Amino acid sequence: MPALPLDTAGRYVAAAYLVFMLILIIYVAIMASRLTRIQKDITVIDEMLKTRDEHAAKAPPLTPESAQQ
Amino acid sequence: MTETRKAPGRGLKRLAILTALTLGTAYGLVFFWTPNEADQGFVQKIFYLHVPMAIVTLGGFILGGIFGFLQLRSGDRKWDLRSYVAIHLSLMLAVGTLITGSIWARASWGHWWVWDEPVLVSFLIVFLLYACYQPLRFSIEDADKQARYASVFAVVAGAFVPLNFAAVRLAQAYTHPRVLGGAQNSMPGSMQLTFLLAIIGMTLLYITLWKFEITSKTTRMQLASIKRRLDSDATGSPA
Amino acid sequence: MFRNSIDLLRKDLLLEIRGRESVPAMVLLALSTLVVLHFALGQASLDGELASGALWITILFSATLGIGRLFVSESEDGGMDAVLLSPVDRTAILVAKVCALFTFLVAVQIVIVPAFALLLLGPHLAPALPKLAGILLLTDFAIATVGSLVGAIAVQSRIRDLLAPLLALPLLIPPLIAATHATAGILASGGPAGVPGRWPLIIALYALVFGLLGIALYDNVLDD
Repeated sequence: MPALPLDTAGRYVAAAYLVFMLILIIYVAIMASRLTRIQKDITVIDEMLKTRDEHAAKAPPLTPESAQQ
Repeated sequence: MTETRKAPGRGLKRLAILTALTLGTAYGLVFFWTPNEADQGFVQKIFYLHVPMAIVTLGGFILGGIFGFLQLRSGDRKWDLRSYVAIHLSLMLAVGTLITGSIWARASWGHWWVWDEPVLVSFLIVFLLYACYQPLRFSIEDADKQARYASVFAVVAGAFVPLNFAAVRLAQAYTHPRVLGGAQNSMPGSMQLTFLLAIIGMTLLYITLWKFEITSKTTRMQLASIKRRLDSDATGSPA
Repeated sequence: MFRNSIDLLRKDLLLEIRGRESVPAMVLLALSTLVVLHFALGQASLDGELASGALWITILFSATLGIGRLFVSESEDGGMDAVLLSPVDRTAILVAKVCALFTFLVAVQIVIVPAFALLLLGPHLAPALPKLAGILLLTDFAIATVGSLVGAIAVQSRIRDLLAPLLALPLLIPPLIAATHATAGILASGGPAGVPGRWPLIIALYALVFGLLGIALYDNVLDD
């Protein structure tokens, strides 16, 4: 087949490079959603640490006798 | 159990910048410097995208096999993670290779698919095989078993890739003699340079994405273990 | 080690002879495939490449059935534990499984090749039979080495009946390519042509590579 004229050829070339870019962008989107999940996990851990600190502040310090009960 | 691991994201920024520079230069050259090829015209520019993608994909699959082998040998699950990410990325690029290959086929020969391109056909077969990797992995519940069988698959499939390419090429030679002649045979120096740069850029891209994903997953795992430790602290009875 | 392989092989063969599960199913699937092919292709008589393709499709599909069932006796009722607890070399288990699958395939083909000749094949079977049998046996060996590896992997998964064909078919394409080329000449309408040496060589090499892979990996692959 003889070479395509530039305008049709250009479309095909553009399409191919566009596909490449799309793959990369979709990948970035997936990684971004993973990052959001990491953020959520960090928030949860933050909460847990807060509750733990509150409990430690309220509860009396453990003595060996009270620990055995 | 705890090992002093270097921070997983180290060097990622430098890698990413290097990738951007290389790939940017490569494709800048493709469109602003390298001459059009005599027979295929402008369409040949796809070549600088499709072939590097293909090469990196295959390298990635074989790399996944190597990591799988290391996993089997050492039992350290970090190799399984590396194998998984390598295969997962290569699968993505395999889809890209097939689509760009199809576009190139359509632009060059008028059909969206051609059976006499051995690379394209081999890719289809390899893709069909690796598409089973995630279903296989995630249908095995036990974590150690999952790592082990995923690694076995990675090794077998990695060995299969070169075998498959050889077999398909051999078959093509007898049914569809290459009428088209090597597009790569008589490449002038400028094209070769750009082509090389494109391959290097694509490889760097792969490594960057691979490192990126490993960092992300490792961070998630570390967070999960922190969460677990906090949980057991909160609910556990005093020692 | 060989004694162990033979014992294990005998166990599998006895299970099959008494249970009659895999081989009849494989034969039935193959026969149905032949009928489907007749209607799908719209032809009453095939020769050459078309005949070759039809025969190998039939064999491959029934082989995937056998591959999926190959390790079922081990995975159920703790059979695998029993085998693994005995002081048997892992390689012996591999050899036994390869031989078992090979035997099943040959048994199926003993029925299916005449059926194929009856239903779909144009040229006469008899002059082609020696060469055809040779290619069949060689390819059966390749299918057996690939299949025992695939079966062992697939049986560990929850979706084992889905995975066995999905894994086996791409892996079997290279020997399939060589086998169809080889038999295309054998089943040509003018009488069986010679078989170029490269095709059996490819099949044999493929079987060898997968045999070696199996030996290298089998320790990791057998588990319950």
